[in-house]
Amino acid sequence: MLILECPYCGVKAEETELAAGGEAHLKRYGPGSSDDEFHDYLFMRENPKGVHFERWRHANGCGKWFHAARCTMTLEVFGTYPAQTTEPPQEICDKITAKRPGWSWREFSDGRKSSAA
Amino acid sequence: MSKAVSELNGARYAGLAEVADAGLRGMITLRGDLDSAVLKSAVQAATGAGMPGIGRISVAADGAVAWMSPDELLLLVPYEEAGAKLAALQAALAGEHALAVNVSDARTYLRLSGEGAREVLAKVSPVDLDPAAFGPGQFRRSRLAQVAGAFWMEEDGSFGIICFRSVGEYVFKLLKTAAHPQSKVGVY
Ligand SMILES: [Zn+2]
Repeated sequence: MLILECPYCGVKAEETELAAGGEAHLKRYGPGSSDDEFHDYLFMRENPKGVHFERWRHANGCGKWFHAARCTMTLEVFGTYPAQTTEPPQEICDKITAKRPGWSWREFSDGRKSSAA
Repeated sequence: MSKAVSELNGARYAGLAEVADAGLRGMITLRGDLDSAVLKSAVQAATGAGMPGIGRISVAADGAVAWMSPDELLLLVPYEEAGAKLAALQAALAGEHALAVNVSDARTYLRLSGEGAREVLAKVSPVDLDPAAFGPGQFRRSRLAQVAGAFWMEEDGSFGIICFRSVGEYVFKLLKTAAHPQSKVGVY
Protein backbone atom coordinates (compact mmCIF):
# COMPACT_ATOMS: atom_id res chain seq x y z
CA MET A 1 0.00 0.00 0.00
CA LEU A 2 1.38 3.36 -1.04
CA ILE A 3 1.03 6.14 1.53
CA LEU A 4 1.73 9.75 0.53
CA GLU A 5 1.54 12.77 2.81
CA CYS A 6 -0.50 15.52 1.22
CA PRO A 7 1.60 18.73 1.45
CA TYR A 8 -1.53 20.88 1.76
CA CYS A 9 -3.58 19.23 4.48
CA GLY A 10 -0.86 17.13 6.08
CA VAL A 11 -2.93 13.97 5.83
CA LYS A 12 -1.01 10.74 5.42
CA ALA A 13 -3.27 9.49 2.68
CA GLU A 14 -3.29 5.91 1.54
CA GLU A 15 -3.65 5.09 -2.11
CA THR A 16 -7.44 4.79 -2.20
CA GLU A 17 -7.76 8.43 -1.14
CA LEU A 18 -5.57 9.54 -4.04
CA ALA A 19 -5.76 9.70 -7.81
CA ALA A 20 -2.63 9.16 -9.89
CA GLY A 21 -1.85 11.92 -12.37
CA GLY A 22 1.09 10.55 -14.33
CA GLU A 23 4.58 11.89 -14.74
CA ALA A 24 5.64 15.14 -13.07
CA HIS A 25 7.37 18.22 -14.49
CA LEU A 26 6.33 17.73 -18.11
CA LYS A 27 7.25 20.65 -20.28
CA ARG A 28 4.41 21.55 -22.60
CA TYR A 29 5.02 22.05 -26.31
CA GLY A 30 2.12 23.67 -28.10
CA PRO A 31 1.64 25.97 -31.10
CA GLY A 32 4.93 26.87 -32.75
CA SER A 33 6.76 23.74 -31.62
CA SER A 34 8.12 21.13 -34.00
CA ASP A 35 6.29 17.90 -34.71
CA ASP A 36 8.97 15.95 -32.83
CA GLU A 37 8.69 18.16 -29.75
CA PHE A 38 4.91 17.88 -29.73
CA HIS A 39 5.11 14.12 -30.25
CA ASP A 40 7.54 13.69 -27.36
CA TYR A 41 5.45 15.90 -25.10
CA LEU A 42 2.36 13.86 -25.84
CA PHE A 43 3.73 10.35 -25.84
CA MET A 44 7.24 9.96 -24.45
CA ARG A 45 7.28 9.10 -20.74
CA GLU A 46 9.89 7.92 -18.31
CA ASN A 47 9.53 4.37 -17.08
CA PRO A 48 12.34 4.06 -14.55
CA LYS A 49 13.24 1.24 -12.23
CA GLY A 50 14.10 3.42 -9.27
CA VAL A 51 13.73 7.16 -8.64
CA HIS A 52 10.59 8.61 -10.19
CA PHE A 53 8.62 11.85 -9.97
CA GLU A 54 4.85 11.80 -10.25
CA ARG A 55 1.75 13.94 -9.94
CA TRP A 56 -0.97 12.86 -7.54
CA ARG A 57 -4.25 14.39 -6.49
CA HIS A 58 -5.74 14.18 -3.01
CA ALA A 59 -9.04 13.32 -4.68
CA ASN A 60 -10.92 11.98 -1.66
CA GLY A 61 -9.62 14.77 0.52
CA CYS A 62 -8.64 18.40 0.00
CA GLY A 63 -8.82 17.92 -3.76
CA LYS A 64 -5.42 19.46 -4.48
CA TRP A 65 -2.72 18.27 -6.89
CA PHE A 66 0.76 17.67 -5.54
CA HIS A 67 4.06 16.03 -6.50
CA ALA A 68 5.66 12.90 -5.11
CA ALA A 69 9.22 11.58 -5.42
CA ARG A 70 9.45 7.86 -4.89
CA CYS A 71 11.21 4.66 -5.89
CA THR A 72 9.28 2.44 -8.29
CA MET A 73 11.25 -0.61 -7.23
CA THR A 74 10.95 -0.46 -3.43
CA LEU A 75 7.90 1.85 -3.17
CA GLU A 76 9.97 4.01 -0.82
CA VAL A 77 8.68 7.57 -0.77
CA PHE A 78 11.38 10.26 -0.66
CA GLY A 79 8.94 13.10 -0.17
CA THR A 80 5.96 15.06 -1.45
CA TYR A 81 5.83 18.73 -2.42
CA PRO A 82 3.32 21.27 -3.75
CA ALA A 83 2.29 21.40 -7.41
CA GLN A 84 3.30 25.03 -7.89
CA THR A 85 6.82 24.28 -9.07
CA THR A 86 8.51 23.22 -12.32
CA GLU A 87 11.27 21.23 -10.65
CA PRO A 88 11.82 19.16 -7.50
CA PRO A 89 12.87 21.30 -4.51
CA GLN A 90 16.50 20.99 -3.39
CA GLU A 91 15.40 19.46 -0.09
CA ILE A 92 13.72 16.57 -1.95
CA CYS A 93 16.74 16.10 -4.23
CA ASP A 94 19.01 15.96 -1.16
CA LYS A 95 16.84 13.28 0.40
CA ILE A 96 17.02 11.19 -2.78
CA THR A 97 20.78 11.69 -3.04
CA ALA A 98 21.20 10.46 0.53
CA LYS A 99 19.40 7.23 -0.35
CA ARG A 100 20.27 6.78 -4.04
CA PRO A 101 23.67 8.37 -4.75
CA GLY A 102 24.17 8.89 -8.47
CA TRP A 103 20.48 9.03 -9.34
CA SER A 104 19.21 10.82 -12.40
CA TRP A 105 15.79 11.42 -13.93
CA ARG A 106 15.26 13.47 -17.09
CA GLU A 107 17.31 16.65 -16.59
CA PHE A 108 17.51 16.25 -12.82
CA SER A 109 20.22 14.29 -11.10
CA ASP A 110 22.41 13.74 -8.05
CA GLY A 111 23.52 17.14 -6.76
CA ARG A 112 23.27 19.31 -9.84
CA LYS A 113 21.22 19.64 -13.00
CA SER A 114 22.83 18.28 -16.14
CA SER A 115 22.43 19.88 -19.55
CA ALA A 116 21.20 16.63 -21.10
CA ALA A 117 17.57 17.74 -21.25
CA MET B 1 -43.40 26.63 -1.50
CA SER B 2 -43.35 22.95 -0.66
CA LYS B 3 -41.92 21.76 2.63
CA ALA B 4 -38.27 20.75 2.43
CA VAL B 5 -37.43 17.27 3.72
CA SER B 6 -34.06 15.62 4.16
CA GLU B 7 -33.20 12.82 1.79
CA LEU B 8 -33.22 10.14 4.50
CA ASN B 9 -36.47 11.49 5.97
CA GLY B 10 -35.68 10.66 9.59
CA ALA B 11 -34.19 7.19 9.06
CA ARG B 12 -32.48 5.58 12.09
CA TYR B 13 -30.74 2.34 12.86
CA ALA B 14 -29.34 1.10 16.16
CA GLY B 15 -26.67 -1.58 16.21
CA LEU B 16 -23.03 -1.37 17.32
CA ALA B 17 -23.61 2.36 16.99
CA GLU B 18 -26.63 4.46 16.20
CA VAL B 19 -26.87 5.77 12.64
CA ALA B 20 -29.39 8.56 12.21
CA ASP B 21 -30.53 11.11 9.69
CA ALA B 22 -29.38 14.41 11.20
CA GLY B 23 -32.00 16.34 9.27
CA LEU B 24 -31.73 19.49 7.24
CA ARG B 25 -28.63 21.61 7.77
CA GLY B 26 -27.74 24.86 6.11
CA MET B 27 -24.40 24.50 4.30
CA ILE B 28 -22.45 27.17 2.49
CA THR B 29 -19.31 26.39 0.52
CA LEU B 30 -16.88 29.29 0.65
CA ARG B 31 -13.75 29.53 -1.44
CA GLY B 32 -11.28 32.36 -1.10
CA ASP B 33 -8.13 33.54 0.64
CA LEU B 34 -8.41 32.06 4.13
CA ASP B 35 -5.83 34.55 5.44
CA SER B 36 -7.98 37.53 4.48
CA ALA B 37 -9.17 39.54 7.48
CA VAL B 38 -12.35 40.49 5.60
CA LEU B 39 -13.14 36.84 4.93
CA LYS B 40 -12.41 35.84 8.52
CA SER B 41 -14.76 38.42 9.98
CA ALA B 42 -17.48 37.55 7.43
CA VAL B 43 -17.21 33.89 8.42
CA GLN B 44 -17.37 34.81 12.10
CA ALA B 45 -20.45 36.94 11.49
CA ALA B 46 -22.22 34.16 9.55
CA THR B 47 -21.55 31.31 11.95
CA GLY B 48 -20.42 32.74 15.28
CA ALA B 49 -17.39 30.47 15.00
CA GLY B 50 -13.78 31.42 14.43
CA MET B 51 -11.44 30.17 11.71
CA PRO B 52 -10.60 26.48 12.10
CA GLY B 53 -7.04 25.23 11.86
CA ILE B 54 -6.00 22.82 9.12
CA GLY B 55 -8.08 19.65 9.34
CA ARG B 56 -10.33 21.02 12.05
CA ILE B 57 -13.85 22.30 12.62
CA SER B 58 -14.72 25.16 14.94
CA VAL B 59 -18.16 24.95 16.46
CA ALA B 60 -20.34 27.70 17.92
CA ALA B 61 -23.90 27.67 19.30
CA ASP B 62 -25.84 27.16 16.06
CA GLY B 63 -23.10 27.35 13.45
CA ALA B 64 -19.76 25.80 12.60
CA VAL B 65 -16.86 26.24 10.17
CA ALA B 66 -14.93 23.32 8.72
CA TRP B 67 -11.55 23.40 6.96
CA MET B 68 -12.02 21.78 3.55
CA SER B 69 -8.79 22.71 1.73
CA PRO B 70 -6.22 25.56 1.73
CA ASP B 71 -8.76 27.79 -0.02
CA GLU B 72 -12.11 26.34 0.99
CA LEU B 73 -14.35 26.32 4.04
CA LEU B 74 -17.72 24.72 4.72
CA LEU B 75 -20.03 26.86 6.83
CA LEU B 76 -22.78 25.12 8.76
CA VAL B 77 -25.77 27.29 9.66
CA PRO B 78 -29.45 26.75 10.52
CA TYR B 79 -31.21 25.45 7.40
CA GLU B 80 -33.85 28.18 7.28
CA GLU B 81 -31.21 30.91 7.58
CA ALA B 82 -28.89 29.67 4.82
CA GLY B 83 -30.29 32.05 2.20
CA ALA B 84 -30.03 35.14 4.40
CA LYS B 85 -26.59 34.13 5.70
CA LEU B 86 -25.38 33.66 2.13
CA ALA B 87 -26.64 37.10 1.10
CA ALA B 88 -24.94 38.72 4.10
CA LEU B 89 -21.75 36.81 3.38
CA GLN B 90 -21.71 37.86 -0.26
CA ALA B 91 -22.30 41.47 0.72
CA ALA B 92 -19.45 41.35 3.24
CA LEU B 93 -17.15 39.78 0.66
CA ALA B 94 -17.83 42.31 -2.08
CA GLY B 95 -14.53 43.13 -3.77
CA GLU B 96 -12.80 40.08 -2.28
CA HIS B 97 -11.63 37.25 -4.52
CA ALA B 98 -14.09 34.78 -3.05
CA LEU B 99 -17.05 32.61 -3.98
CA ALA B 100 -19.88 31.47 -1.72
CA VAL B 101 -22.65 29.06 -2.69
CA ASN B 102 -25.60 27.59 -0.80
CA VAL B 103 -25.18 23.80 -1.07
CA SER B 104 -27.66 22.84 1.68
CA ASP B 105 -29.93 20.81 -0.59
CA ALA B 106 -27.02 19.06 -2.31
CA ARG B 107 -26.02 17.26 0.86
CA THR B 108 -27.12 14.58 3.29
CA TYR B 109 -26.21 14.99 6.93
CA LEU B 110 -25.99 12.02 9.32
CA ARG B 111 -25.08 11.42 12.93
CA LEU B 112 -23.20 8.37 14.12
CA SER B 113 -23.17 7.94 17.89
CA GLY B 114 -22.70 5.40 20.64
CA GLU B 115 -19.86 3.24 21.88
CA GLY B 116 -19.16 1.60 18.54
CA ALA B 117 -19.09 4.83 16.51
CA ARG B 118 -15.30 4.85 15.95
CA GLU B 119 -15.27 1.25 14.88
CA VAL B 120 -18.23 1.57 12.52
CA LEU B 121 -16.70 4.58 10.78
CA ALA B 122 -13.27 2.96 10.63
CA LYS B 123 -14.74 0.02 8.72
CA VAL B 124 -15.76 2.23 5.83
CA SER B 125 -13.03 4.87 5.72
CA PRO B 126 -9.21 4.75 5.28
CA VAL B 127 -8.69 7.09 8.25
CA ASP B 128 -6.89 6.32 11.51
CA LEU B 129 -9.69 6.64 14.06
CA ASP B 130 -7.66 5.63 17.09
CA PRO B 131 -8.49 8.03 19.97
CA ALA B 132 -4.86 9.20 19.90
CA ALA B 133 -5.13 10.11 16.21
CA PHE B 134 -8.66 11.45 15.88
CA GLY B 135 -10.50 13.39 18.56
CA PRO B 136 -13.17 16.05 19.06
CA GLY B 137 -12.79 19.05 16.77
CA GLN B 138 -10.98 17.16 14.05
CA PHE B 139 -12.51 17.25 10.59
CA ARG B 140 -11.66 14.97 7.71
CA ARG B 141 -12.62 14.80 4.07
CA SER B 142 -12.14 11.29 2.89
CA ARG B 143 -13.91 8.30 1.43
CA LEU B 144 -16.85 6.33 2.79
CA ALA B 145 -16.41 3.01 0.99
CA GLN B 146 -17.02 3.97 -2.64
CA VAL B 147 -18.09 7.59 -2.30
CA ALA B 148 -16.64 10.89 -1.09
CA GLY B 149 -17.65 12.00 2.39
CA ALA B 150 -16.55 14.19 5.26
CA PHE B 151 -16.86 13.74 8.99
CA TRP B 152 -15.87 15.27 12.28
CA MET B 153 -16.03 14.37 15.93
CA GLU B 154 -18.15 16.31 18.40
CA GLU B 155 -17.24 16.88 22.04
CA ASP B 156 -19.59 14.05 23.06
CA GLY B 157 -17.72 11.53 20.89
CA SER B 158 -20.38 11.28 18.20
CA PHE B 159 -19.61 11.91 14.53
CA GLY B 160 -21.26 14.32 12.15
CA ILE B 161 -21.10 12.92 8.62
CA ILE B 162 -21.74 14.77 5.37
CA CYS B 163 -22.03 13.31 1.89
CA PHE B 164 -23.66 14.20 -1.39
CA ARG B 165 -27.44 13.90 -1.31
CA SER B 166 -27.37 11.60 -4.33
CA VAL B 167 -25.48 8.96 -2.33
CA GLY B 168 -27.16 9.57 1.03
CA GLU B 169 -29.11 6.33 0.98
CA TYR B 170 -25.96 4.42 0.02
CA VAL B 171 -24.05 5.91 2.97
CA PHE B 172 -26.89 5.21 5.39
CA LYS B 173 -27.08 1.55 4.32
CA LEU B 174 -23.31 1.29 4.36
CA LEU B 175 -23.13 2.49 7.97
CA LYS B 176 -26.09 0.31 8.87
CA THR B 177 -24.28 -2.75 7.56
CA ALA B 178 -21.06 -1.75 9.33
CA ALA B 179 -23.05 -1.36 12.56
CA HIS B 180 -24.61 -4.83 12.40
CA PRO B 181 -24.67 -6.21 15.99
CA GLN B 182 -22.86 -9.39 14.96
CA SER B 183 -20.03 -7.60 13.15
CA LYS B 184 -18.09 -6.30 16.17
CA VAL B 185 -14.32 -6.20 15.74
CA GLY B 186 -13.45 -4.51 19.04
CA VAL B 187 -10.30 -2.82 17.81
CA TYR B 188 -10.85 0.48 19.66
ZN1 LIG C 1 -4.81 17.05 0.99
